[in-house]
Amino acid sequence: MNLKDVQRLLQAEVLTGEELLDRIEIEMVCGSDLISDVLAFTKEKTLLLTGLTNPQIIRTAEMIELSGIVFVRGKKPGDDVIKLAEEHHFPLLLTKFPLYETCGILYSAGLKGCSELDTVGRG
Amino acid sequence: MDRAGMSLEIPVEGNNFSAAGEAASRVKKTLLRLGIDSQLVRRVAIATYEAEMNMVIHSDGGKIILQVDEEEIKVQAVDQGRGISDLELAMKEGYSTAPDEVREMGFGAGMGLPNIKKCADRLEIKSVVNEGTTVVMGFKYQP
Repeated sequence: MNLKDVQRLLQAEVLTGEELLDRIEIEMVCGSDLISDVLAFTKEKTLLLTGLTNPQIIRTAEMIELSGIVFVRGKKPGDDVIKLAEEHHFPLLLTKFPLYETCGILYSAGLKGCSELDTVGRG
Repeated sequence: MDRAGMSLEIPVEGNNFSAAGEAASRVKKTLLRLGIDSQLVRRVAIATYEAEMNMVIHSDGGKIILQVDEEEIKVQAVDQGRGISDLELAMKEGYSTAPDEVREMGFGAGMGLPNIKKCADRLEIKSVVNEGTTVVMGFKYQP
């Protein structure tokens, strides 16, 4: 599934990175509102679902090479955050669904969590 | 590739949340440029980012020092400030003294030092109350 499919499933607005969506394949998803948990439990190339909208979330994404971020609960980040993501060519989506429902929709569509893909060789 | 002797010193400002993460980002880019394995770089980046956030949240500022030599990659986070009064408690998962506004940003979950311990092969913490803290993290090329 690519990010474009994710966008459709979540009826999400694209905040930045529209041109990247059909090129980014998503295998793993993580839902969290705690940065340390994202740092500790997330693997590379993971899609993050979060309600955190401060600039640190983009820095976190850069640090661990996330595939993209979906902001949940219709919580839109500030222009500074969108601009920072643009500079890093990093896609941001916004969905009205709350975190639990967003997780459920993607999980039902076949996307796995980070712990389930522990055995996948990632170099 | 000659890795010996490479070092880099990056200042970190206390309480400056908009710049927080820049030092870790520079460390990451530097290591990738040196051709170091991306999984190892990822561990160094996560630990450095956590250490940098600790400095921003809890100290008056300091510096991150990256040293790359033949045996290991060493990152030191040296700050001035209030220090850590109970190190054993600070190492405990979930224990945090971070203020509410920091928690609202998604930090201060009490996982910073435990995360660093998980990522680093070697960890030394020296702290003097009302003076500051030095965190030394070592990362081996072959785990």
